Amino acid sequence: MMKKLLIGACAVLLLASAVPGAYAASGSVKPPPQKWSFQGLFGTFDRAALQRGFEVYNGVCAACHSLRLVAYRNLMEIGFTEDQVKKIAAAKEVTDGPNDEGEMFQRPARPSDKFVKPFPNEPAARAANNGAYPPDLSLMVKARLGGADYLHALMTGYKEPPADMKMGEGMNYNVYFAGNQIAMAPPLSEDVVEYADKTKATVAQMANDLTTFLSWAAEPEMEERKRIGVKAILFLIVFTGMLYAVKRKVWANLKH
Amino acid sequence: MATPTFTNPIVKWIDYRLPVFTFMQHELHEYPTPKNLNYWWNFGSLAGIVLVIMIATGIVLAMHYTPHVNYAFDSVERIMRDVNYGWLIRYLHMNGASAFFIIVYIHIFRGLYFGSYKSPRELLWMLGVVILLLMMATAFLGYVLPWGQMSFWGATVITNLFSAIPIIGDSIVTFLWGGFSVDNATLNRFFSLHYLLPFAIVGVVVLHIVALHQHGSNNPVGIDTKGPQDSIPFHPYYTVKDLFGLGVFLIFYVGFVTFAPNFFGEPDNYIEANPLLTPPHIVPEWYFLPFYAILRAFTQDALIYLPISWLMSAKLAGVLAMFASIAVLFVLPWLDSSPVRSARFRPIYKQFFWLLLIDCFVLGWVGANPAEGHFVVIGQVATAWYFAHFLIILPLLSRFETPKPLPTSINEPVLGGGASTTGAAAKPMEKA
Repeated sequence: MMKKLLIGACAVLLLASAVPGAYAASGSVKPPPQKWSFQGLFGTFDRAALQRGFEVYNGVCAACHSLRLVAYRNLMEIGFTEDQVKKIAAAKEVTDGPNDEGEMFQRPARPSDKFVKPFPNEPAARAANNGAYPPDLSLMVKARLGGADYLHALMTGYKEPPADMKMGEGMNYNVYFAGNQIAMAPPLSEDVVEYADKTKATVAQMANDLTTFLSWAAEPEMEERKRIGVKAILFLIVFTGMLYAVKRKVWANLKH
Repeated sequence: MATPTFTNPIVKWIDYRLPVFTFMQHELHEYPTPKNLNYWWNFGSLAGIVLVIMIATGIVLAMHYTPHVNYAFDSVERIMRDVNYGWLIRYLHMNGASAFFIIVYIHIFRGLYFGSYKSPRELLWMLGVVILLLMMATAFLGYVLPWGQMSFWGATVITNLFSAIPIIGDSIVTFLWGGFSVDNATLNRFFSLHYLLPFAIVGVVVLHIVALHQHGSNNPVGIDTKGPQDSIPFHPYYTVKDLFGLGVFLIFYVGFVTFAPNFFGEPDNYIEANPLLTPPHIVPEWYFLPFYAILRAFTQDALIYLPISWLMSAKLAGVLAMFASIAVLFVLPWLDSSPVRSARFRPIYKQFFWLLLIDCFVLGWVGANPAEGHFVVIGQVATAWYFAHFLIILPLLSRFETPKPLPTSINEPVLGGGASTTGAAAKPMEKA
């Protein structure tokens, strides 16, 4: 058993050793770890932070970034009421059809619709953003090394470029972005959104709320997953303990 | 091996016409197994169980997956978000692949340490190497299906390896792709083959078990069973021991699935494939890293490449070396001709075994890092060592190593100087 654990530990160390290499390869800085409501074995998403995070997404990010894998109805999972969700959806227009005359038409979005994209296609998005393509945010937390910590660091990592650095036109300096030049202007500034729950909208507060919301968007199953995990593992520990007892009993009479 | 008599009339009726119960009685209940197997012998049956988990979860995933470049990525996300417990099925499948390789690698190194590949188990071992090759092919094909960035670029890099073959290489690559780049035709055939190959694995596993049951398991002492006092029936002794091992495995497996499901994965694979954007750092799944390191060890100025540089390009040398690293396992039973199986009685081989294991970890570590700086040299030395172990050290060892005295049987302890720990431990237990 000890040997098995030892080898497992070796494997984990080996895999962990790959991560610094990955940071080195992308030429970026390791983001500082934050305290998240959803970290750890029992962590759950802070509902208030999730709802505030949606307000930040809706008020700031949604102007350029799509969230195409999430539907408005999913917002009910983070504590919005059905009426609130209907109102949020109805504020956006979607193309539907064809109708009986064969025409496509515009209608207000319904809870069953996926989040409406800010641009109809990639060229349109690039044309409106100085040639840069704002990526979809649905999986952003899973799709970046460092996950939530990275996203938080990116939101708050805008600085004046070093004097000797030549910046591209329209580019911004960010400590944590690979290559340090990012097309996205600093998205958060004090009171850029007005929170419904009257929380003070500081940059740190918004970065925390938005990252919590996007972590949920990337892993909406996380809370259920951990709940199942805790139950399954408690069961397995008891069950395996019993199997060990049975094994001892079966082997007890054996001369070996 | 007398035909057993069954009391249940239905069992009797069936068995008279289709002897499935007799078969089970022979192969599970009576099947004599050495009584001294340690926990390293759990990993064979564990691998079989994980294969079943992979096939079961895979069949369900295939019901919801769409093998088309425009829909593959989104259909996987639909499984994750909208299919009932789809995330559980997919994470079981994803982490099951990693678990399968961990188990099989332990199983292989168990065989290396205790000499399980030696006569009369050469074919058993070779069938195992065939299973490993099929597993690697299946895992590679499966990793392409979610159509993320690493899926696409991994597929591009690996299929391009065949272009190193002189004259017909480019035609082979076009044939594999079904076109002139990794595209929809590639994804379709990869899905088809990913569904097919696991059943081929099942077939070879059956042969693997038939070959195993011909002479029975090897054991930690590495000497043949000499009579009924050395062996115990597989059931209930090893069925219950394997079940306990399964329980321990499931704790770790479920732990990863529910608390760190993407631990073994690459973040880049949650970005949809984009043929116009190459990721800065293309890495294969962790279980291919040692082979990836061997592939990249053959650079233009590598010392290991010099002797064959007149014959082939460095790229072809790397590709051949990567395949040779597995091919060498096929002939292992003849490279190591020492009559002593277990490393317990081979003091020098034992040390080289651990060196080989460390070497494989080093290769994996190099494979995970960019091919630059000191990683290049370390990778080349580790590659050279890997082949030297099998092609030079083992043949020499089997000639010049003096093994320790073997115990006379599994049941009896060695008298005097022999250092069989198992044998020594057996005696007090018998008195008790």
